[in-house]
Amino acid sequence: MWENAAISLTVFLPLIGAGIIMLIPKRNEDAAKPVALLISLGGFLLALGILGSYYLVDRPAGDLAFEVNIAWIPAIGARYHVGIDGISLPLFALSYLLTFLCSVYAFHHIEEPGKPKAFLSLMLLLQTGMAGCFIAFDLILFFVFWELVLVPMYFMIGVWGGPRREYAAVKFFLYTLFGSVFMLVAFLALYFAAPEPTFDIQRLMAFGQEGAFSRTFQLAAFAGVGIGFAIKVPMWPFHTWLPDAHTEAPTIGSVLLAGVLLKMGTYGFVRIALPILPEGAVFWAPLIAVLAVIAIIYGALCCLAQTDLKRLIAFSSVGHMGFVMLGIATLTPVGINAAIFGMIAHGVITGMLFFVVGSVKDRYHTRAIAEIGGGLLQTLPRMGVVFTFVAIASLGLPGLAGFWGEVFALLAAFSPAESLAPWQTLYRVLMVFGAIGTVLTAGYFLWMLQRVNMGQAPERWKDEGLQDITVIEWGAWTPLLVMTLALGLLPLLVFGITDPDVTRILAAFGS
Amino acid sequence: MLIAYPLVFAALLFCVGIYGVLSRRNAVVVLMSVELMLASVTVNLVTFNQLVAERSDVLLTGQVFALFVLAVGAAEVGVALAIILLLYRNRASVNIDDADLMKY
Amino acid sequence: MWFVRNAWLIPALPAVAAGLIFALGRRLPGRGALLGIGVIGLSFVVALGVAVQVFSANVEAVAQVEEAHGEVSAAEGGEEQHAVEDDQAVTESEEEAAIPEGVHSFLYDEGVDLTGTGADWSFQAGIRIDGLAAMMFLLVTFVSLMVQIYSTGYMHGDPRYTYFFGLLSLFTASMLLLVIANNIMLMLVGWELVGICSFLLIGFWWEEKVNSSASIKAFITTKLGDVGLVVGVITLWGMFRTFRIEAILEAVEAGEFSQSLLTFALIALFVGAIGKSAQFPLHTWLPDAMAGPTPVSALIHAATMVTAGVFMIARLYPAFEASPTALAVIAIIGAITLVMAGLLALVQDDVKRVLAYSTVSQLGYMVAALAFSYTAGIFHLFTHGFFKALLFLGSGSLIHAVHSNNMSDMGGLRKAMPTTFATFVVGSAALAALPPLAGFWSKDEVLAGALESGGYTGNLVWILGTLGGFLTAFYMTRVLWLVFGGEYRGHGEPHESPRSMAWPLIALAVPAFFIGFINLPFGFAHPVGFAAWTAFDLAYFEEQGAVFVVWLAALATVLALVAVALGTLLYRKAPAPDDDPMLNMGWATRVLDRKYYLDLLYSDAIVRTVIRTKLANASYWFNDHVLDRVVYLVGVGTARLGRATYEIGDQKGIDGGINGLGLSALWLGAKLRLAQSGNVQLYAGAMFAGITVLAVAFAVS
Repeated sequence: MWENAAISLTVFLPLIGAGIIMLIPKRNEDAAKPVALLISLGGFLLALGILGSYYLVDRPAGDLAFEVNIAWIPAIGARYHVGIDGISLPLFALSYLLTFLCSVYAFHHIEEPGKPKAFLSLMLLLQTGMAGCFIAFDLILFFVFWELVLVPMYFMIGVWGGPRREYAAVKFFLYTLFGSVFMLVAFLALYFAAPEPTFDIQRLMAFGQEGAFSRTFQLAAFAGVGIGFAIKVPMWPFHTWLPDAHTEAPTIGSVLLAGVLLKMGTYGFVRIALPILPEGAVFWAPLIAVLAVIAIIYGALCCLAQTDLKRLIAFSSVGHMGFVMLGIATLTPVGINAAIFGMIAHGVITGMLFFVVGSVKDRYHTRAIAEIGGGLLQTLPRMGVVFTFVAIASLGLPGLAGFWGEVFALLAAFSPAESLAPWQTLYRVLMVFGAIGTVLTAGYFLWMLQRVNMGQAPERWKDEGLQDITVIEWGAWTPLLVMTLALGLLPLLVFGITDPDVTRILAAFGS
Repeated sequence: MLIAYPLVFAALLFCVGIYGVLSRRNAVVVLMSVELMLASVTVNLVTFNQLVAERSDVLLTGQVFALFVLAVGAAEVGVALAIILLLYRNRASVNIDDADLMKY
Repeated sequence: MWFVRNAWLIPALPAVAAGLIFALGRRLPGRGALLGIGVIGLSFVVALGVAVQVFSANVEAVAQVEEAHGEVSAAEGGEEQHAVEDDQAVTESEEEAAIPEGVHSFLYDEGVDLTGTGADWSFQAGIRIDGLAAMMFLLVTFVSLMVQIYSTGYMHGDPRYTYFFGLLSLFTASMLLLVIANNIMLMLVGWELVGICSFLLIGFWWEEKVNSSASIKAFITTKLGDVGLVVGVITLWGMFRTFRIEAILEAVEAGEFSQSLLTFALIALFVGAIGKSAQFPLHTWLPDAMAGPTPVSALIHAATMVTAGVFMIARLYPAFEASPTALAVIAIIGAITLVMAGLLALVQDDVKRVLAYSTVSQLGYMVAALAFSYTAGIFHLFTHGFFKALLFLGSGSLIHAVHSNNMSDMGGLRKAMPTTFATFVVGSAALAALPPLAGFWSKDEVLAGALESGGYTGNLVWILGTLGGFLTAFYMTRVLWLVFGGEYRGHGEPHESPRSMAWPLIALAVPAFFIGFINLPFGFAHPVGFAAWTAFDLAYFEEQGAVFVVWLAALATVLALVAVALGTLLYRKAPAPDDDPMLNMGWATRVLDRKYYLDLLYSDAIVRTVIRTKLANASYWFNDHVLDRVVYLVGVGTARLGRATYEIGDQKGIDGGINGLGLSALWLGAKLRLAQSGNVQLYAGAMFAGITVLAVAFAVS
């Protein structure tokens, strides 16, 4: 019973919750907050349950856990095929954790124009879309969840966002949609090119590994799928929607956007693009690796130029996702493990950074670094300490979560998969540049800390009586802070889950 | 039977209709012209049915269609006249140049 | 072997203490200080236990080898076949074949997989205990203990007192993690943690921009070196598919690898050491790092942080030995560093900066020494740790008393601060390598080792090293006189520091005096001394016979004494900066006026000193205006490049293109909507025209 119902229950609970919240009468709108909290807590507990039973139950290698596979739209052969394996589980659980924490944070602050009812039901709708992406094993199902995510995020940015919210929201929506058009075409092409028409990811993967698709087809199909995913990641040079969206989005929107939405792109590469189209992957991987390293260096340089705190954090995502893409582009188990670790770490750390920056903005009513003028450690000592901690985690300090993804991605770049042997030298050069990127990353984060945290606080803030971290904020943040430390100290928490399945899907590359 | 006669007749009728639709400003006249065009097409339907009447499975299809077109045309006239009437009420005119709400 | 098996406690205890101090903070007894001190004390006890067990095991192993040697030489007459002894550890050399089977230096290497995958890229949370690690434990825990006790006095009344102790514990724990690691990945972790702790400690007083800038400079400069380290670690992994040090060393010994790749990896690793151990040309951060509280400087300079680079080379020593190119690079960099920094130290007024440059110089000795002799390098590391900690804590005591770092604000403190004076003299003498203090024995070992090896690099190192010894003695003499001699020039009443600060000084002065005796470079002492304790490989140990070159030791001592005498002559009166010969270009004239005091030899020396002063000023100028300028320009340039990339490339180019797509759709729409006239008949006409065209086309085709 639990095996069959767990995933569907967990994924659709937030959707039901969104419906329930819509039923709350307008006059006691604040009741939406506790309801949303309860529902997201329920979802989080269910996700924990899935995590727990995944650990406890032994299953044959290669089998999906909690698999359900029933007909959905017979006319086009789309099936409701869901399941979980080591690659999707960490991301799945992370999305529930972040939504839960966001619903806690909602008690503290929701941006203008308030309206918790609408905001929280959108958030829960978003949760269903995000989680659905990670458990779908049917391309059409995946696509539906993928697109489902766009709508709530569009409204979150467009209604609750900053001054340029319409621009940012439209840009986000259109850019992503633009990419998913290519993706959809490629999905259809896969359907028709397969020996037996199917949208099933597992079966397509089997075809792909047998070499059922011609090389030319693979190159084209990979490009199509890849553009869709690359925009979501976002890979350089498709990243320009990201700073705008992040800068304008409300805090919770930024947290979920950085924490989970970006990972849908990288997850798509690992789950769909690589295993189904191995030859395409081998062809495009060097280009992806080059773009990834450009993103690392470029993101860091752009961060150095920022005067807006939130925009700086947004650009840092470009660099961090560059490390993730570099790991993926090596096509090796270590690289992909590192990539998944990097995704989780980035979700936790950057999510946390957006929380903190959101709270800082909420108090100072500005995001401009010059306006804040330093001395955060004086005006808001606890906030300053948390900010320092998270910034240091983000710059990749070992012992904290950010490190393992970066260092193992670089490690993987030293010896990419055998099928990439002609490009080995390129990869090694890229590794050195990636390592230099870590210095630049450290540079902009420390410079940011110096300008925001350190020094004497300007007089006008000293007497402002700004409030330090509240109880609610502590509640929303502590789990992330603990996870940052725990993942850093015990990388096996993620690697232990991901490694078997990563090794399985990479069998085609030989490494 | 020489099939050209009814066809030429229908074409002439159609041209008269087109002329009316394009040149007249009075909505009622335009409507009448549309009806002329409709009638010409109906004539064509009957004519072409005769052309293929040897085949048993299309014995009276053209004529049946002609009846359909007549019925639809009647209904259409009802709707169109209602619109014209509303137009007249609002604008005190049945000149179609006055009905330019869709203009950019 | 209880201590060895539980050696993981040594880093774990301070780490836990740091966590507790950060979490519970001021509610702890002594506001966290007592916990930190108590725990590091416990670590020190465990380290002592480990040291006793490891060292005695090593001495025993050496004794067995000696015994076997005796047997072999006795049985030399008969033709004995040693076919069975073809142990894997025993290599081709006949001499080494004399090491009995099953006898090897002490090594304990255990751990648990930390990635949970068991793949070739997994690494352990593992400990590797051998003589080197045991030695480092002793040094780090002892110095850290002294520094923490001292800090209770020095940091008394600071608003972030508790935070300071938490950081000290974390700093120590990071260094101990680096030392205990049994694989290079974990070493990298400790290495970077040390870096971030130094960042937080150097910028401890972050209210001042100077301090936070110094801390960023320190972190970024060392991080630049870390690029080398990361690349080196990854390359080593790529070559041998393991992170475990033992496995890497075995693979190197087996000799199945690409020589050029190994050299690349080792030089990359050494770049990491250049950053961390402040070698030329990445040394510029170290003097700036003086912005931190003085106990931190002591910890950074003596036991943690800067010794990490030297330790790393020692840890992977057999690998380095396999690449003569890498060793040559190490020797040359070390030699350049030791002279350059020694010259710089001559012209400083800030007492901590003199010590900082002297550290750079001494690190140069250690690094250069490692190019020839493992024992010499780590022995100098060991002794230097004690006397440099002593000197820094002493300078902290001075600063505490006069509230200034500048020697021009000191003077005549001998009477006011007798304990500080006495211990500072011991430390200076040890640093200046005067016999029989600690520095003499270790520095002599370095020079003799270089001389023994000979060759281009060997000669370079021993000659420059001897000259560097002269410089060291000279500038330390200058410091002593400027600080303790003459009249007091500062403000207020200087007073002796509280007992919490005085006791650590005394406790450090004792080893600074005596510790050299544990490695007397004479045959009888060799098999039971420091070299035996820390031997990582008995065959290697056998090769590294006791080295004592009498004429070289005498030369170095004479040079040091000459420097002391010269310094005394010049600085006996503790001149103010205006009269300080080192700080005035025209001093030579005035000294020549008093030629009674000086004979030909001295004037010769003085001439050379003039040159040296000029040279030192020039290199300091180079340091400030070229190297530092480059760092600055690179920083500014990078920021500019960043702004340019963002504004032109990103906002105008890429983003502009995307926006352009959207705008062009709008424009097209604006044009097209003009066709919307609202005239039904126009539409109908267009429709008929269209149909006609279609009909014609249909008819034609």
